[in-house]
Amino acid sequence: MHFLRELWDNVREFVTTVGAVALFFGRVLAQLPRALLRPSLVVEQVHNTGALSLVIIMTCGLFVGMVLGLTGYDLLQRFGSEEALGTAGALAVVKELGPVVTALLFAGRAGTALASEIGLMRATDQLTAMEMMAVDPMRRVIAPRFAGGVIAMPLLTVIFIAIGIFGVQLVGVQQFKVDAASFWSQMRSSVGMDDIMEGVVKGCVFGVACSLIAVYEGYTATPTAEGVGRATTRTVVISAVLTLILDYILTAIML
Amino acid sequence: MRPTRTVEFSTGLFVLLGFAALFFLVTQITNRELSTGGKSYEVMALFENIGSLKPGAAVSMAGVTVGRVQTIGYDQQQYKAVVRMRINSQFDRIPKDSDASIMTSGLLGGQYIGITPGGAEEFLKGGDRIEFVQDAFVLENLINQLASTFLRRDQGNAPDNSQGGQGANQGSQQPPAEEPKK
Repeated sequence: MHFLRELWDNVREFVTTVGAVALFFGRVLAQLPRALLRPSLVVEQVHNTGALSLVIIMTCGLFVGMVLGLTGYDLLQRFGSEEALGTAGALAVVKELGPVVTALLFAGRAGTALASEIGLMRATDQLTAMEMMAVDPMRRVIAPRFAGGVIAMPLLTVIFIAIGIFGVQLVGVQQFKVDAASFWSQMRSSVGMDDIMEGVVKGCVFGVACSLIAVYEGYTATPTAEGVGRATTRTVVISAVLTLILDYILTAIML
Repeated sequence: MRPTRTVEFSTGLFVLLGFAALFFLVTQITNRELSTGGKSYEVMALFENIGSLKPGAAVSMAGVTVGRVQTIGYDQQQYKAVVRMRINSQFDRIPKDSDASIMTSGLLGGQYIGITPGGAEEFLKGGDRIEFVQDAFVLENLINQLASTFLRRDQGNAPDNSQGGQGANQGSQQPPAEEPKK
């Protein structure tokens, strides 16, 4: 009986959280146009979430591509079709690895920064102070950060993909001497515009999801040091899980 | 003023890098030689069997891609596959009696339609149908034919050979005269 009640409580808690996030999302969207009227705030957030994540995204993209080149070459040369490495590597990076790994890194690098920053504002009563000065923190703090994340994420995804393909090429063509012409021509003949679109759409969706989770967790953090820490942890965990679930759904839709 | 300029500069750099990457992906990775070409016309052909031909597959003449497969349908009256293809308008001198065959590029490659020009004076135009077609090469059919040919030959040449059943599967390439007789 006790167990059932706990289960019920958990389910209700979960549904409540989903509803709260949805309502929060609506409020952010309502403030978004007005936030975009002050581009300097948004630019600052694109800088924080995007430009500062650039180095880690590029490094990881390069190494993911190089690992893909190694394993892909090893696998394909068993069947004597090393030239297919271009196709295999490009499709894997463009459609799956690019958006997903970028989203995970984005949650770890930018999401935590957003959540802890907003959480700390909450803990030090900055948000309350803004409200007292008749400045809507949703418009001044939350919406620009959300917009910045949503703008930065697709760009980061595309950069990751481009660097990743360069990494595949580095290992495949430079190290293992796969014929460069057939590497590129096979890639070109089998990767279509729709594959690129799939990667970009995934990047946008993950960007919205991860940014929303980050600002929501920060905004609703318990205003203590422990609460801010917990909000940061939850941001990473929820973003990662949500990214992978969304990835399955999006792949199933766009296959 | 100085920190703002730095922020704006690095943000601009980031955005430009993003668009450069997107440009690289769109132009270098994908194959858009014909989708941007603009004008094209549509021809169709009926096949008994299209194998694993997919929409978007290349239509090529002498190895040069001249168009793409637009849609693949099924005609319930004639029990045939209807393949509609878009040919780039710059290739407007394809004779009417050309023949379209479904071919495979490489061992793991996809299938495409190869057009061999005929000798007619008239050329294909939008809405025309290519009459002469050659179906996809289905491996199973070929193996079946091969197997039945060998089986027949085996039975015809060595009716009293006790190993005839197995020979149909493995050793039948050798002439029966070389088989050890005991």
